[in-house]
Amino acid sequence: MSKLISLEDAVARIPNGASLLIGGFMAVGGPNRLVDELIRQRKSDLTIIANDTARPTVGLGKLVVEKLVAKVITSHIGLNPDTQKQMISGDIQVELVPQGTLAERIRSGGVGLGGVLTPTGVGTTVEEGKRTVEIDGKTYLLELPIKADFALIAAKQADLYGNLTYALTARNFNPIMAMAATTVIAEAEDIVPVGCIPPDAVMTPSILVDHLISNSNR
Amino acid sequence: MDEKTLIAKRVALELKDGDLCNLGIGLPTLVARYVPAGRNVFFQSENGIVGMSGPVAGADNHDLTDAGGSPISALPGAASFDSALSFGLIRGGHLDVTVLGGLQVDQEGHLANWMVPGKMVPGMGGAMDLVTGARRVIVAMQHSAKGESKIVTRCTLPLTSVRRVDLVVTDLAVIVPTDAGLVLKETAPGVTVEQVLANTGCELILSPDLRPMPLEG
Repeated sequence: MSKLISLEDAVARIPNGASLLIGGFMAVGGPNRLVDELIRQRKSDLTIIANDTARPTVGLGKLVVEKLVAKVITSHIGLNPDTQKQMISGDIQVELVPQGTLAERIRSGGVGLGGVLTPTGVGTTVEEGKRTVEIDGKTYLLELPIKADFALIAAKQADLYGNLTYALTARNFNPIMAMAATTVIAEAEDIVPVGCIPPDAVMTPSILVDHLISNSNR
Repeated sequence: MDEKTLIAKRVALELKDGDLCNLGIGLPTLVARYVPAGRNVFFQSENGIVGMSGPVAGADNHDLTDAGGSPISALPGAASFDSALSFGLIRGGHLDVTVLGGLQVDQEGHLANWMVPGKMVPGMGGAMDLVTGARRVIVAMQHSAKGESKIVTRCTLPLTSVRRVDLVVTDLAVIVPTDAGLVLKETAPGVTVEQVLANTGCELILSPDLRPMPLEG
């Protein structure tokens, strides 16, 4: 039942052009070993869905600097000038999404909903091209679900089955993303024997996790 | 006292005991320093915590940061959660007040604070959800930038939300957007009504109880 896999083998399964949900918030709680391995293996033409594009030298921000990203769906690029430059030059396609809407689009993708109705963005540029729905006299935007080929997740603790816990503000998008991808790859600071994480403490159940990165040679 | 401190002190007086409050980046973060004594305010950081506090020297934790990625600490009673719950708090009416910076506020009380087309496109982050969902929206900003008033007849920059903000606090004045237009409620220390009007890009209605801006609770 062990889902352990080497970092190299896990990333080798990701083809060029794949869509990736990447956990983390300014790279806090981000799968930084997986990101570094994507760069080492020169995986390119990627579609990245993440809260932000971090900073040029930090976390998934490096993927942008290395020109491995074709498209990014995100709420904030303000601290990564490379994303802005490549957006202006047309080298990278950027879809800006309000942060709460991004969370709900991913969540709806993962839980089998056809989208969500949100008041956020009504009457702004975010509304352009979207359907609106009126409920009890209030206008909402229909925001469509997001799914991806892979989710790259960073956990505080994992057991060998792949049950995951997260710490403090490093949780952020990780548990939502772990539900919205065809293949889920998790890295964890600590890997513990099955049983060490009590059922009530599990934040992402192991059935969602396909591969757990080995912590040898870290 | 510099202008930013003045704005932060005045905004802090708006926070009530027991409030859940989210502060935007930049000037609004200063507000946390001036919460009047005896008022317990819980601050949310949208990356997933209620009960954040300033960092403790020597106790940085790479799993505990604010939305900008800087170290913070947590108060007794703090709670952490994922991004869907965090924005559920914001959008669902559980957030009592948000304090945000502004690029423009117009006569209808609309706020533009997330982009300058062709110049600055950082992304809206959580701003649109905050302005749409918070029970009370306070804009904390300089009255003018580069010689131009940031309070205008109609926002020329893309709006953050079509929801009317509740209060605007600047280095010159406190203004309340209403159905009738923008009402001037307070003038900053040493600032005359004429100065406020001269530095404002649209009509202001003078409140019948116009007063000097208080800075201590």
